[in-house]
Amino acid sequence: MIPDALLSNARVEPCSPWPRHVLPAPDWTALAAAPLHLLGLWADTQQAHALFLDEADGVVLPVSVSIEAGIFPALSPHRPGAAWYERMVHDLWGHTAAGGVDSRPWLDHGTWAHAAPLATRAGPPPAREPPDFATDPDDTRMQWPIGPVAGGVGEAAHLRLILHGDRVMRAEARLGYTHKGTLALMRGKLPRIAARFAARLAGDSTVAHATAFARATEAALAVAAPPRAAILRAMMGEIERIAGHLDQLGSLALAACALDTHARCSQQREMLLRATETAFGHRLMMDCVVPGGVAADLVAPQVLLRAMGGIATELPALWRSFHGTALTARLTGTALAPLPAVLALSAGGVTGRASGRRWDARRLDPVYAGIGHVIPTGSGGDSAARASVRLTEIGESLRLTGRLIETLPDGPLTIALPMSSGEGIGCAEAIHGDVWHWLRLDHGQIAAVFPRDPGWALWPLAETVLTGAPVEDVALVRCSLGLPVSGMDL
Amino acid sequence: MTLPPAIRRILRPGHALPPVNDATVQSLAARLETAGQARLGRSLALLHVNTGSCNGCELEVRALTAAVYDLERYGLRFVDSPRQADVLLVTGPLTRNLREALEQAWDATPEPKWVVAVGDCAVDGGVFKGSYAVLGGVGGSVPVDLTIAGCPPSPARLLAGLRGLLEANAR
Repeated sequence: MIPDALLSNARVEPCSPWPRHVLPAPDWTALAAAPLHLLGLWADTQQAHALFLDEADGVVLPVSVSIEAGIFPALSPHRPGAAWYERMVHDLWGHTAAGGVDSRPWLDHGTWAHAAPLATRAGPPPAREPPDFATDPDDTRMQWPIGPVAGGVGEAAHLRLILHGDRVMRAEARLGYTHKGTLALMRGKLPRIAARFAARLAGDSTVAHATAFARATEAALAVAAPPRAAILRAMMGEIERIAGHLDQLGSLALAACALDTHARCSQQREMLLRATETAFGHRLMMDCVVPGGVAADLVAPQVLLRAMGGIATELPALWRSFHGTALTARLTGTALAPLPAVLALSAGGVTGRASGRRWDARRLDPVYAGIGHVIPTGSGGDSAARASVRLTEIGESLRLTGRLIETLPDGPLTIALPMSSGEGIGCAEAIHGDVWHWLRLDHGQIAAVFPRDPGWALWPLAETVLTGAPVEDVALVRCSLGLPVSGMDL
Repeated sequence: MTLPPAIRRILRPGHALPPVNDATVQSLAARLETAGQARLGRSLALLHVNTGSCNGCELEVRALTAAVYDLERYGLRFVDSPRQADVLLVTGPLTRNLREALEQAWDATPEPKWVVAVGDCAVDGGVFKGSYAVLGGVGGSVPVDLTIAGCPPSPARLLAGLRGLLEANAR
């Protein structure tokens, strides 16, 4: 329920499809205590913005508060997940969250030429020290630092574990290593050009990020992608989901030493990616979704259908091995994310659904309303529950892709974008959770933009999940939760 | 304990060992080196270093290690520490926040060592060129021996590049 009383003093700014409310500071703080999901917190040069979600009604509420003398009221005392956003806002725009629970730097490791690179006037060079770790009250305990160069083929992040015997007493993540200055690169560009950066926020969710960005642009310009493009986007999203889930399940199986299962997942994934290259021209479908439509048409759908048929044939065997004795014993009870922790951080995606939070951003997509989309949920909240949800979603995505190919209408692939101004929000469901993009266009150029990656909720959850876990489960926890880095490092 | 007569003869003090032909040793050593280089030199230990990648290159490198491509059958294997590595496989546009990590990994890798820049970003910064947080290609920080372009490069392309490195190493 959106508390209407808190919005009564607000100034409403046009933002499509959900109007943005500029709140007085007390109402902004009060809204943090409302029973809504906090999806994201970011800023521009004049205001701090937050995105709330009323999950039951599927209503999104963007709100803002003015920055007064470089300060805005913090949300982190009520919202544990807001602390990292506040640190990011400080590092990029220089605005301080008054009353925030954590004021340490986040993205700024002291290596950039200027502090606050997105501020109107960039600050002086930052102090030459990376951010500190939270101090451990018991300094005799062993510390285990992992990353950013830690072997394996994965993303660059640092995880610091405080150990007592073979138990993790505390886990702290430090990210920001892969910060590429994406927001600054997108600013001032045309949406079609900036889409290349949106597509490179996260390689495993490139379609989802590009789709959310394209939808935000189209909402801001009050245009809609042609019907064929809308269906093709959904199709690419489902293919990305199947490939991503197979990759995640394969990594999980490898971490649990089930080598044959890993081999089977990778083989099916590879066949699907080869078919995708034939069908859309790129294995990961990077740059295939653009604002105004899609850049690639479906070629040779039978190749795609054959690869998906192979996965459908293999799926029962995969289901059996993930529910066989060995993997069940290893996965049940490990990486346990209880529902209250998931709700407190508004973690979505497979992780949220496997813990019982029935949320999927595809609920807001009209394409799926027509073809009947089932949202599988679990209740265990452990690795086994997440593996089951992933396997069920692969089956569902195979069915959806088949339906989408059947219903694919003829017609144009793109429309021309007007050079007008506006503000919009778009979302898509990526393999790790819901992706949200907000942007403001000024005569066709991007004036401000923020992409919210699911990692913002998953990494704080990982800190909770790792606390109390045995050391040998650390790799398994990381594989099970997915933990994307690049998209939230911006 | 009684030893066999042949052993007792050898162990008897004052027994003179037959002289070793120096020329034979030298020719054997040369042949061993050639054969060893040809057989054992066809193996390289790779360390993946992420210098700010979007995870796209990682997906393709991971595909390379898995069932269909099975990198290990070519003698290429991934290790977990720079001290065990011959090759640093670098992905990403070298962000300022990761330069130190890359340089530390490079310093810790024993000679002889190679650096392979994987993907357009690692080659010259790719689309992120010119950002305040990005230094550009990996070559700005460590010497690069091989570049494999693509965004991301396909596993087949990666394999072709790495096998080239293997052949050069065996020669």
